[in-house]
Amino acid sequence: MTDTTQKSHAEIDESITSRQEMSGLQAALKTQPFWVFVAIIAIGVVMSFVSDVFLTERNFFNITRNFAFFGIMALGMSAVICTAGIDLSVGSLMGLAGIVTGLVMQAGYGIGFGFIACMGAAAIVGLVNGVLIAYLRMAPFVVTLGMLAMSRSIAMVISNNKMIYDFGPDQDLFEWIGGESVFGVPNPVWVLMILTVVFWWVWRYSTWGRWVIAIGGNADAAKLAGIPVERVIVSVYVLCSCCAGLAAFLLVGWFGSVTNALGLTYELNVIAATVIGGANLMGGVVYAFGAPIGAALMELIRNSLLLAGIDALWQQFFVGLFLILAVLLEQIRNRGRS
Amino acid sequence: MSLLELKGVTKSFGAIHALQGIDMTISEGEAVGLMGDNGAGKSTLMRIIAGNFLPTAGKIMINGSEVHFNKPVDARNNGIEIVYQDLALCNNLTAAANVFLGREIRKKFGPISYLDHKAMFEKAGELFRELKSETRPRDLVKQMSGGQRQAVAIARTRLSDPKLVLMDEPTAAISVRQVAEVLNLIHRLKDSGHAVILVSHRMPDVFEVCDRVAVLRRGAKVADKQINATSPEEVTGLITGAIENA
Ligand SMILES: Nc1ncnc2c1ncn2[C@@H]1O[C@H](COP(=O)(O)OP(=O)(O)O)[C@@H](O)[C@H]1O
Ligand SMILES: [Mg+2]
Repeated sequence: MTDTTQKSHAEIDESITSRQEMSGLQAALKTQPFWVFVAIIAIGVVMSFVSDVFLTERNFFNITRNFAFFGIMALGMSAVICTAGIDLSVGSLMGLAGIVTGLVMQAGYGIGFGFIACMGAAAIVGLVNGVLIAYLRMAPFVVTLGMLAMSRSIAMVISNNKMIYDFGPDQDLFEWIGGESVFGVPNPVWVLMILTVVFWWVWRYSTWGRWVIAIGGNADAAKLAGIPVERVIVSVYVLCSCCAGLAAFLLVGWFGSVTNALGLTYELNVIAATVIGGANLMGGVVYAFGAPIGAALMELIRNSLLLAGIDALWQQFFVGLFLILAVLLEQIRNRGRS
Repeated sequence: MSLLELKGVTKSFGAIHALQGIDMTISEGEAVGLMGDNGAGKSTLMRIIAGNFLPTAGKIMINGSEVHFNKPVDARNNGIEIVYQDLALCNNLTAAANVFLGREIRKKFGPISYLDHKAMFEKAGELFRELKSETRPRDLVKQMSGGQRQAVAIARTRLSDPKLVLMDEPTAAISVRQVAEVLNLIHRLKDSGHAVILVSHRMPDVFEVCDRVAVLRRGAKVADKQINATSPEEVTGLITGAIENA
């Protein structure tokens, strides 16, 4: 008798321990990336009626390749935005990293050196951003706005305002990495897919990811819990810059040339993609799948307008519209919850 | 030898003298109530002992040797845990994630270590059961009641086996039933040899669980008495200043 009551107590306790507000699927239904994904499917269905070209392999190839670059950058941006920060310098950084890669490879160094130089330049910019923001407590908006101007300017100076299209001995390999495909999937899309899975793992299973999310939720509490908040914030900006550097490396390979205008105004698209993908500028929210999904929606809008014969000048209008709608939707859902 | 000894601890924030020459000792397993009006300096004293900031002047000794806590982790490593008045939780994380924040349980797979969610949920569940709290480890703190948040903050102190637990107004925002549970917990902490400093506004709480009561008024300690040598009326008088000191 006592045995059974004790057991049932233990069971009740156990059921409290493992009880959740909702199941995994229900949880997914509540996330913004899911609803943006639904919007993508809906637009896709409509477009398959509007245009014969839409569902072709070629069109898919183009759409996915085009958004891969933004998706890669949005993965890094979502980490920054999760800490309630922002990085406006990613577009300019692409120009700088692209030019650095070009100059190094043009000088006859191999692709390994080119890659290290590219990522090194990116990491330095991220490090400067991060140190100013974390240790000197400057506003991320101001620091990265300054870096936006400075990176672009350095790119102009070191490129001497000239286009680079000679990438030395490894030119073919370089152009293959950025421009070709494996199993019918463009290489940048492979990179995006792999990185998305890595980021998913990081947000879910790594201590670092947990700490970034905690800092976004309550930086003071994180600090009191012994988390090295400053160092984590620096690492987040370095990571974001490295994602932009990687995107530049792939993009230059695809174009087969680079000018110091590479990535001009990309920061706006990247931030928009990140926010459409569910990031909250107040911090504390991050979804690995939000970045590619947000980027995909933006490219899909561009592609759809093109195929539907609507003037390309409308493109920015619709991107802006979706951005505002996404944030509005998020707010309405939040209000419903509390 | 006393577990914790404060000698002339003073803290100024610019022109504000939050604490002036506080002397105090706490022995192992002792529960001390710390009382005082709003702004008397109670939280400031707790935060100095917990390593949030260094005192402007004065010494902190643990087991007879002087310590300098430059950050909260230093205090924790010396066996001091604290429940902050504002609880210091991350609303966007689960209860279990908050309990283990900064002390996550990890598993290793070759060179890669990753968060052991299962172990953390189970251990957090165990801690909440010990606290007789119906807090669910997987719920977000955002959705929790004041009592559940309190349970999360208290559960954090149970991860290590601290010698001294500081509680800053743990019963201010919770229901009557939960107050009883928190007081029970303090009894249990005492029984297992833990020392406790309880900051509270509630006279009955202090008189129920504490062995001693210290009173702060405008940053100075005006009384430090065994609980059975004083009365709620006297303590009230000391807090308000109706009684100068005792
Ligand atoms: N970080 C701080 N900066 C400036 N003044 C502070 C700070 N923390 C506390 N104080 C001041 O110190 C005094 C004591 O505050 P506190 O310790 O919070 O009192 P209590 O917890 O007893 O209500 C108050 O006058 C308060 O305004
Ligand atoms: Mg206080």
